[in-house]
Amino acid sequence: MRPFSYQRVTDPTAAVQALSAAAAANDALTKAAAQPLAGGTTLIDLMKLDVMRPTAIVDINPLAQGWSAIEPGNDGLRLGALAKMSDVAAHEQIQRHYPVIADSLKLAASAQLRNMATLGGNVMQRTRCSYFRDVSYENCNKRNPGSGCAAMDGVNRMHAVLGASDQCIATYPGDFAQALIALDAMVAITGRSGTRNMPFAELHKAPGNTPEIETTLRPGELISAFSISGRWPRSVYLKARDRQSYEFALSSAAVALDVQNGTVRDARIALGGVATVPWRAREAEAVLKGQKFDDGLAQRVADAAFADARGRRHNSFKIALGKRVVARALQQAVTMEI
Amino acid sequence: MTAAAPEPKTNMGQPVPRYDAAAKVTGRATYASDMPLDNPAHAFLVTSAIARGRIDNFDLDDAKRVRGVIDIVTHENAPKLKESKLFSNGGYAGTTIQPLKSADIAHDGQIIAVVIAESYEAAREAANRVKVRYTATTPSATFDSPGTTTAAAKGQNAQFKEDPGVGDFAKAFGAAEVKLTAAYDTPTQHHNPMELFSTSCVWMGDNLVIYEGSQFVYGLKNGVAEQLGIDADKVRVVNPYVGGGFGSRGSMTPRTAIIAGIAKRLNRPIKLVPTRDQGFTITTYRAETRHEIKLGANRDGKLLALRHEGAEVSSRADAYCVGGTKTTARLYACPNVASLVSIVRADRNTPGFMRSPPEVPYLFALESAMDELAVKLNMDPIELRRINDTTVEPIGGKPYTSRSLMACFDEAAKAFGWAQRSPQPKSMSDGDWLIGYGCAATCYPTQMAPSAARVRLQRDGRTRVEIAGHEIGTGAYTVIAQTAAERLGVPLEKVAVFMGDSDLPPAPVAGGSNSTASTCSAVMMVCDQIRQRLFKAVMPDSLTDKAKETVGISQAPATQAAKSDRPLDIEKAFDALGVGVVEEYGEWKPEGAPLDSFRAMHSGQVRLVGGHTMKDQIAYAFGAEFVEVRINRFTHEIRCPRLVGAFAGGRIMNPRTARSQLMGGLIWGMSSALLEATEIDERNARYVNDNLADYLVPVNADVPAVEVILLSEQDDHINPAGVKGLGELANVGTNAAICNAIHHATGQRIRKLPVRLENIEV
Ligand SMILES: Cc1cc2nc3c(=O)[nH]c(=O)nc-3n(C[C@H](O)[C@H](O)[C@H](O)COP(=O)(O)OP(=O)(O)OC[C@H]3O[C@@H](n4cnc5c(N)ncnc54)[C@H](O)[C@@H]3O)c2cc1C
Ligand code: SF4
Repeated sequence: MRPFSYQRVTDPTAAVQALSAAAAANDALTKAAAQPLAGGTTLIDLMKLDVMRPTAIVDINPLAQGWSAIEPGNDGLRLGALAKMSDVAAHEQIQRHYPVIADSLKLAASAQLRNMATLGGNVMQRTRCSYFRDVSYENCNKRNPGSGCAAMDGVNRMHAVLGASDQCIATYPGDFAQALIALDAMVAITGRSGTRNMPFAELHKAPGNTPEIETTLRPGELISAFSISGRWPRSVYLKARDRQSYEFALSSAAVALDVQNGTVRDARIALGGVATVPWRAREAEAVLKGQKFDDGLAQRVADAAFADARGRRHNSFKIALGKRVVARALQQAVTMEI
Repeated sequence: MTAAAPEPKTNMGQPVPRYDAAAKVTGRATYASDMPLDNPAHAFLVTSAIARGRIDNFDLDDAKRVRGVIDIVTHENAPKLKESKLFSNGGYAGTTIQPLKSADIAHDGQIIAVVIAESYEAAREAANRVKVRYTATTPSATFDSPGTTTAAAKGQNAQFKEDPGVGDFAKAFGAAEVKLTAAYDTPTQHHNPMELFSTSCVWMGDNLVIYEGSQFVYGLKNGVAEQLGIDADKVRVVNPYVGGGFGSRGSMTPRTAIIAGIAKRLNRPIKLVPTRDQGFTITTYRAETRHEIKLGANRDGKLLALRHEGAEVSSRADAYCVGGTKTTARLYACPNVASLVSIVRADRNTPGFMRSPPEVPYLFALESAMDELAVKLNMDPIELRRINDTTVEPIGGKPYTSRSLMACFDEAAKAFGWAQRSPQPKSMSDGDWLIGYGCAATCYPTQMAPSAARVRLQRDGRTRVEIAGHEIGTGAYTVIAQTAAERLGVPLEKVAVFMGDSDLPPAPVAGGSNSTASTCSAVMMVCDQIRQRLFKAVMPDSLTDKAKETVGISQAPATQAAKSDRPLDIEKAFDALGVGVVEEYGEWKPEGAPLDSFRAMHSGQVRLVGGHTMKDQIAYAFGAEFVEVRINRFTHEIRCPRLVGAFAGGRIMNPRTARSQLMGGLIWGMSSALLEATEIDERNARYVNDNLADYLVPVNADVPAVEVILLSEQDDHINPAGVKGLGELANVGTNAAICNAIHHATGQRIRKLPVRLENIEV
């Protein structure tokens, strides 16, 4: 770790100011000199590994008073960015009306981490690519733009089969973001000119030619809340992984359905563990919508979800696995008792 | 899963809780890096980012500017150290690759610089700012990499004396009615003990004290002295607790003498705490292996021919090898056996002991092959073992001192519910999950080594036992205290045991599961010396001197001795002697130990006796392991909800601590089968997943139920304590048991570890 200054901020304006102060010419937020600190479970890790080298840490935890509410309502849900993963996962109303959200959080990380980690920090967590996290490897376009990608032809079992580019194949590792993107969540962003709302789907950026730019947030901007309209009791988060707990997804599916008399009226499918960003499988949804559900349809939907997938040496299995996970998640959602 | 301590059966001690338990779970136990030091400087390692080549130059300017940096040591200014030979060649070292000696780099993560600073943080920051320019050469990573060399182990490794064989394998295999040929692979694995590979070195004048988690304080003391060129009496190694060893702390690593040398130069205590990832390259590991097994049998399942060929990776510098054919060639009755072990040299750090080093990979191969043969024969796999069970090993014709393999199979099968298994693969399921039952034999050689001990008894019964043994998490303090209490007839609470200090009487390496057998045999002997002195003092004068000589000494195992029919009145004996304290020192060696045993013991060299190296007998502990696996039809996730093992290991000193060892072994075995593997980037021979997030080990949810059954077994032929050693018994058979269960669940035979969901095709 390198030396940094530490500042606790007690109101959003001060936070935004502190974060923008040092942020003049930076194009990538991840390289910004000032970084907000929430639970610290991603940030401190990466600082110890010397991957992130901020010179100023702005502790936003005092904002929790205003930014950690969990507010389920009749026509939607609002979640503060500083709400803890564990609190949201354990919330009775969320479990009932948004099982996909509760499960995506409950199945993530460990109890200790969930007690520390916040929703805002969670969606901003960075890839687990081993080459990214080990600075002794020169070749990592995300960490070291233009240096190449060690994972491309290296050990890439955990890497992405969807949304990759020639520059980077790193997986977006989180779980919760799939639930958000599936449910068409909006994200509230607080910056210099106040708070704006944007579809969560516009937050993350696929690597393309600039894998170091991971989100559309600018230095000085903070996520303050997430919101979702409607209720999604018929929803499922299915996660396949090497261990029974405390492990990232090899493949996961967030599925939310509206089924009437066996016909799928609305369908939302998002994929985790297989893509470079939280991945909405819209083509697959199109195959499903308006149809009578059966196992054959589930199979066609799953095929559509992975139509563009491309495997590499160690991760090709994720394509077949991902399809089975999608199909199974759909079956589970359809047969849910609600 | 029940947490209650098992009831002792015949020939078992009491299940007393370990007396250091509370200290450990409350964080009061002091590990090496917890030792308070007076004004220490902190060291941080810089390790190489290439696996083969040279350092052209360092740019240290940026690093030196970090506030608090005291010194940066590279090969250009490192203290000069003498070489130490590999432990298997009469030295102490786990590797002969000595870092900081030249600009050459022999493996990934080699130590190339040591930053010394006023604080850990400054040292680490400066280390991050060290810039290195290399000239890299393409390294050879592993099997099949261009540039590796392969040769028979025999002749390269002094401890691998021969490829065991008997009869005419080729002929018998050719003629066999049923034949099996199969190849198996095991991966690279790292120990990852909780305690990092720290070391602290403190000089007091010419005397050096080393605080370091070690499984062999006498080895480390002598090895570091040799490297520094000083008298071994000037070096003391201290570690009252060791935060896990698993073999990783059995031999000396280069870090210790380097830190000692720098501490001397700077005239200041130095504390080094390497990171988790550095632990992957600055110590040893379990190298990847390959096997080919050929089995020939008749229709009734009788083995006629067995051949086991193994290949193991080692470094360019050292011919380390585990050579498990010594066990697999002798496990079953088979008249025609052949074997061959070879070593493949690559640009890697030197591998070393890791829990049950030979048996884990080699028995995975053999016990998988036995299951495959049972399938071919359409026979229950337990019956196949029964048909080929033996009391005499086939190579040298020596009898097993005792062998309860089939009793273990029968007990474990009953507890597991093997009778409910429908033999057909893919025939059992529960909802989304395919169910498989599998089993395998497990075994581990019984080994002993010379050991000394000092025991002091006070008039009020308070007892102090001193022995340079090691508490690596097994419960050694408790078991040694029990031994002394029982032998002297004093209450357990009155016994204090001191270990983990090379100023105490020498004990062997805590490796090869020899500790309990060796240290307890020594402690028993010394307690007997005390008993003898006391007895003699209170014997009526009418007894002849000759009778006095022998009274009070029992060569029989511990059970009878303490409760001898001649209860000793300690106070009366002290009065008769007219002293306040009786203290005895003694040196014990196992039968068949070489002549130089005691000399070697004091100079930190191990003379293990046992297993197949005993003169007229062969000694092994046995067990049988049963597992249930469940495989998700959709995700192919593999889970292991139940592990059941039955084990026989001679006298069980303490069923509670024994069960913990065996339970841990079963869990590790499962982990080894399904999770653990160090990934190597073959392009550059570097370890990739060198951290505990990516190097997978089980979490609680992966281990819902483990049952350990301890069988009563009495073996009077092995050592005075009657103990076989259990530490490395349970993690041996599990790999095969799991793959055998996966075959039962899916019909798919998997011969390469670890088994991951992408390997399942259903
Ligand atoms: C061993 C391990 C296993 C894990 N397993 C899983 C898993 O299975 N599934 C899963 O989903 N996650 C997993 N995680 C990741 C974990 O969920 C995240 O680390 C955590 O959610 C991050 O939240 P935090 O509050 O600690 O963020 P921090 O570490 O404080 O912040 C993360 C990043 O986001 C920025 N940030 C924080 N808050 C805001 C905000 N309000 N607005 C803008 N930027 C912000 C920070 O500057 C930082 O760059 C695991 C983590 C570990 C260490
Ligand atoms: S996949 Fe992306 S993060 Fe990983 S090494 Fe390549 S560029 Fe870096």
